[in-house]
Amino acid sequence: MSTVQITGLTKAFGEVQALDGASLSLGDNEFVSLVGTSGCGKSTLLSIVAGLQDPTSGEVLVDGEPVDGPGRDRGVVFQGYTLFPWLTARENVEFALRGEGMSAAERRAVASEQLELVGLEGFADSHPNQLSGGMKQRVAIARALSYRPRILLMDEPFGALDALTRQLMQELLTRVWEQHRLTVLFVTHDVEEAVYVSDRVLVMTNRPGRIKHEVPVTLPRPRSYEMVATPEFGALYGEVLESIREESLAIADVGVGR
Amino acid sequence: MSNTAPDTTTERPAAGGAGRRRRRRRPEMLRIGGQIGLGPFLAISGLVFAGLLALWYAVTAGGLVRPIFLPGPGEVLDRLRDLAQGGELWADTRVSVYRIAVGFLIATAMAVPIGILVGTYRFWEAALEPLVDFIRYMPVVAFVPLTILWAGTDDTQKFVIIWIGTFFQQVLLITDNTKRVPLDFVDIGRTLGMRDRSILRRIVLPAAAPGVWDSMRISLGWAWTWLVLAELVAATSGLGYRITTAQRFFQTDTIIGYILVLGLLGLITDQVMKAAGRRMFRYAEGRR
Repeated sequence: MSTVQITGLTKAFGEVQALDGASLSLGDNEFVSLVGTSGCGKSTLLSIVAGLQDPTSGEVLVDGEPVDGPGRDRGVVFQGYTLFPWLTARENVEFALRGEGMSAAERRAVASEQLELVGLEGFADSHPNQLSGGMKQRVAIARALSYRPRILLMDEPFGALDALTRQLMQELLTRVWEQHRLTVLFVTHDVEEAVYVSDRVLVMTNRPGRIKHEVPVTLPRPRSYEMVATPEFGALYGEVLESIREESLAIADVGVGR
Repeated sequence: MSNTAPDTTTERPAAGGAGRRRRRRRPEMLRIGGQIGLGPFLAISGLVFAGLLALWYAVTAGGLVRPIFLPGPGEVLDRLRDLAQGGELWADTRVSVYRIAVGFLIATAMAVPIGILVGTYRFWEAALEPLVDFIRYMPVVAFVPLTILWAGTDDTQKFVIIWIGTFFQQVLLITDNTKRVPLDFVDIGRTLGMRDRSILRRIVLPAAAPGVWDSMRISLGWAWTWLVLAELVAATSGLGYRITTAQRFFQTDTIIGYILVLGLLGLITDQVMKAAGRRMFRYAEGRR
């Protein structure tokens, strides 16, 4: 029910050119990943779409309307833990529902429902310091989805988690998305993660970032983790990896070329 | 192998020739980041106090120091008991506590909003931080004569001195507390469509609160120093005033007794604020 159109996005921080003419579009209810080497400007791009930063030039349209600052039509999940430590898991979700014109009881009900969706109904009254990293990100996802944004922006949401928790979170995210159905822009540097969760993977060049390569993920939904072992997955993974590898080699210069 | 005693050495010569010796693990309270129970904690700190007291007693009872310079703990305690029975101790404490409460509350009530503004908005940082830093380095003592000119020698002058001594420090501490609030928290507020005012009130303030409370606790200690200073110079009541009058009559026991009372008051308020902080900010535990 929502599309994003990004054209010619350029961003400079003083001397440093972070983005140089990045263009991409997200279709309705499409799950798109943005991958690239660290520092390629992918997080900057997401931040601009969120309205938290202004581009130097270029334009972001959400459903044809230009983005002018942050708004409740776009939910954001950051890499770092951004739950408010003074609130419980449920209160963190309820916090996001303020201003929806709901009664306290309605807010509570919606928060409980969202926590249930991420499997944390049993931890509703725990404070973030009592939750593991993966649980915190699940609450953060529940919070971002609770007010029904049309677009979900995720900036390496599982970047700080261990490999096993990461896998579980990817499965959980795809499951939640398959139920919620909304347009997602997902930033990561983990190729396997990108292929697993997305409908389409976009590879960025090194800084200044542009979209370099596009890989449609043809795997069926619902996704399951067994798919990772299939040749189709392997081929897609290889294609994305190869494309990023060129970029990494260009900056790393570690003498392990092809 | 692992069961052999550590002193049967040279069975396995380690590289470099140095025998590999198994070190005994230190008790946890002597390791970096180790824990300590409440019992051992109280026992150790109690022993340190007792040890100092014993030293004091030994030095004075042995006649090493003349009582006019350092009276023994017994004499000081007697003196304090007399002053308590005579009512002076309570009257002095009451006056001083009243002054500190008012002066400190005024300073804090001003420093918290200003510190948060300076820590949040670059405009206020530019406007106030260099100024506050400049004034902060002016010695409070130098203001005493001025404050007497401005405000006389009554309570107002004490408030002013406490204010000068704590307000500027508090602003900088609270600014720092506020700057430590993760910017991602603010960004979350923005993405939720919150306005700056409500981000300030509902996110920045609660996020900075545990740090602000600590800053208040630390600055309260300084407030005591400045109060006593103000009372030493010009006052007709209060703990500091009693110390000055005692000096005139060489009542070293009164001076030392009052210094101990001041230390005790500080220790109590500090512990009370610490405990209150732990209670209010229970959610922050494990991070500090």
